[in-house]
Amino acid sequence: MTELFAAHGLRKAYPGVVANDDVSFSIDEGEIHALLGENGAGKSTLVKMIYGLVKPDEGHMTFRGEPFAPPEPRAARSAGVAMVFQHFSLFDALSVAENVALGMENPPKSAQLSARITEVSNEYGLPLDPHRTVGDLSAGERQRVEIIRCLLQDPRLLIMDEPTSVLTPQEVEILFATLEKLRTEGTSILYISHKLEEIRALCDRATILRLGKVVGHAVPREKSAAELAEMMVGSALHRPERELAPSGEIALEVTNLSVKSANPFGTSLKNVSLMVRKGEVLGIGGVAGNGQDELLAALSGEALAAPEAVQLHGNPIGKLAPPARRKLGLLSAPEERLGHAAAPEMSLTENALLSARIRKGLTKKDFINWKATQSYAEKVIEAFDVRTPGPHVAARSLSGGNLQKFVMGREIEQAPEVLVVNQPTWGVDASAAAQIRQALLDLAAGGAAIVVISQDLDELMEISTSFAALNGGRLTAPVPVEGLTMERIGLMMGGAHDMEVAHEHHAEAPA
Amino acid sequence: MIRLDKRPNPSKAWSYSTPLLAVLLTMIFGGLLFAALGKDPFVAIRTIFYDPLFGQHAFFYRPQLLVKAAPLILIAIGLSLGFRAGIWNIGAEGQYIIGALCGAGVGLAFYPTVSFIIFPLMVIAGALGGWAWAMIPALLKTRFGTNEILVSLMLVYVAENLLRGMAVGLMKNPEGFGFPGSRNLAQYPSATSWISQNAGIHWGVVFALIAVIFAYILLTRHMLGFNIRLAGQAPRAARFSGVNPTRLVLFCLGTSGALAGLAGLFEVSGPAGQVTTDFNVGYGFTAIIVAFLGRLHPVGILLAGLLMALTYIGGEIAQSQLQLPAAAIQLFQGMLLFFLLAVDLLTNYRFRPKQGAAA
Repeated sequence: MTELFAAHGLRKAYPGVVANDDVSFSIDEGEIHALLGENGAGKSTLVKMIYGLVKPDEGHMTFRGEPFAPPEPRAARSAGVAMVFQHFSLFDALSVAENVALGMENPPKSAQLSARITEVSNEYGLPLDPHRTVGDLSAGERQRVEIIRCLLQDPRLLIMDEPTSVLTPQEVEILFATLEKLRTEGTSILYISHKLEEIRALCDRATILRLGKVVGHAVPREKSAAELAEMMVGSALHRPERELAPSGEIALEVTNLSVKSANPFGTSLKNVSLMVRKGEVLGIGGVAGNGQDELLAALSGEALAAPEAVQLHGNPIGKLAPPARRKLGLLSAPEERLGHAAAPEMSLTENALLSARIRKGLTKKDFINWKATQSYAEKVIEAFDVRTPGPHVAARSLSGGNLQKFVMGREIEQAPEVLVVNQPTWGVDASAAAQIRQALLDLAAGGAAIVVISQDLDELMEISTSFAALNGGRLTAPVPVEGLTMERIGLMMGGAHDMEVAHEHHAEAPA
Repeated sequence: MIRLDKRPNPSKAWSYSTPLLAVLLTMIFGGLLFAALGKDPFVAIRTIFYDPLFGQHAFFYRPQLLVKAAPLILIAIGLSLGFRAGIWNIGAEGQYIIGALCGAGVGLAFYPTVSFIIFPLMVIAGALGGWAWAMIPALLKTRFGTNEILVSLMLVYVAENLLRGMAVGLMKNPEGFGFPGSRNLAQYPSATSWISQNAGIHWGVVFALIAVIFAYILLTRHMLGFNIRLAGQAPRAARFSGVNPTRLVLFCLGTSGALAGLAGLFEVSGPAGQVTTDFNVGYGFTAIIVAFLGRLHPVGILLAGLLMALTYIGGEIAQSQLQLPAAAIQLFQGMLLFFLLAVDLLTNYRFRPKQGAAA
């Protein structure tokens, strides 16, 4: 096969960190090439250089045999490189066709464009109505908008950044069938992921990055997932140990909870019911945007409901604000670290006060005891191994993983009776993630009830005792994790989704 | 080329030294401006910054400094609480007028009774008047989600018309030979805010200092102050923490309104003396600048209020003694604000020489 793209000795340094160092690899035509590495390994910086968003400090690239140094994404696009980002850049209030037109240099007339979108979406088995408003689409459908926007440019190289992190297993199958079809047509795909099984199923070759350097090339099919993981992490990972506590009395009970989303494009909760016993970890899966934020808000007290809809140890708390719920022992940690769980410009001490004030008695008649607050922040920093010069630094100056450890530690050190967390290890490196999961399990072993909302199914399988899925604001009935199959989980997550596969002619496509 | 890097932590050193740097830059560029107008820049700068404080006639100007700075500081302290929480009361001028009208109304109603209780009643009426005027945008915002910037600003014009109506109608001095304007409260001992007219000290000066101290304690030690800062910097985190946004809006607008009303009352019963058609001279708007010059910090506002008053008085001296045009003085004052905001960038960012482009 002929070589389509090659990178030679790429290096990119930011103040204080070398994101990429001497990175070389090549992609052949019609190849699906995996870029494998942990969070922070330098995958994003590398593809940003290829897409013209970042200029390399050293090294050079070739594309179709010619030197390639795109000064901006437009140049990369006109050369034939397209990219689907992990976080979508779509306007909720516009239609699919309008969003696609916004990403094009010379968009055709809207009727013509709509016809093209329908044509391409059918051809690649990605059903999409060009006239629908993006705000109403599921995460999987939004990703299709991005993919179709790329396909309309007839790219030679398609870069996909963590494409499956927002998809249900069924949606992943549809996506893989599309990618297979692109491959047979000769389009190359650079596929970024840290999910080993899907890389083994899909990719022809893999380049593995660790701490900004290439640590190896592999043919994923010939390696086991464990071997790939070891190359990626550099050592065998510590797996959290689960010690099942005998399930105790009911700690948190939610009955027919309906809450309207505060966000016009959010998902309102509809008749959500759940029950968590002491020592139990309830994992709540689901594709992003199906009511996760709303569920956390309704449990933390940011969104109020009927008093009886949320009960803590049998007391109605649905109408109580967050401080009152904390007092009773219900703590929470939202997904968004900066701006929601923590105030970016404030110091860690001030951020400790933010949610630990009541249980840790950090105020007296509303006057703040800064000394006690600081020593609490220091305690959290020490107990959770938060890497920081001290509690006086602004929250924004911490890396994502360290801030997440601080935020989780802030709640866990308050000895909650019920803890609700949303995406506890999102964007956190593997060792910090393992540490956080272990802390959650220890907390449960000590008799706390825990609700973990996460999009990482592996994580949920690892730490939960029971599993439920959110879909369109509805929660499935929780089932024990023991003996749960991926297929079953997929069906729970996909539930009411309108996900019929438009792949009749692809029925035999590999799963 | 240079480029800006965001500092991981705001620089303490720069946040203290930028105001001084800004004053210095203003002096340099203001001096160039005055030189271009054909005046000796050193004389002009001295006239503005030095003469009011230590010059030959300083005994006359120093009391004026307090009289001008007190309402600015009092209003700016109130505004800064809201600004920190992201609640924008732009209508302090209107609350100032209504405070003055309510306070003066009480005083005039008692005329000519002699009693020590009259002035305290006026103070309460003034604060309540300003508070009530600010509650209009506050309630509209919390009930109907209206924009407090627009509502509070438009209410300034309503207040100005009320003022004119009062000055020529209900509050007109019956012994004033038909001229518009009320009786002079400064000449009514039971109702005047003057403590020592010669030293430029009235109750507004005292209240301004008390407000600075209270605001400082509130912001550094009290949960309410923490919630105000939190709500301004990270509204979602504030809700997570348990801050009630409605109560915060009511508190911030109410407090700033009450302080502006107090400032109006002290002004009308002291330095201004009477309710006239042109009683308000823009303290409510200038206080917005003072609040930002002081970085929304109580001590900063104290200093900024004094600095602003100094440039006003110094500017007037420069106009009369050096025949500098009023526009040049305004430009000079504008420069000060401009430089303060511009060098403020250094607190959160640092300059880096741009690395040679690799591609």
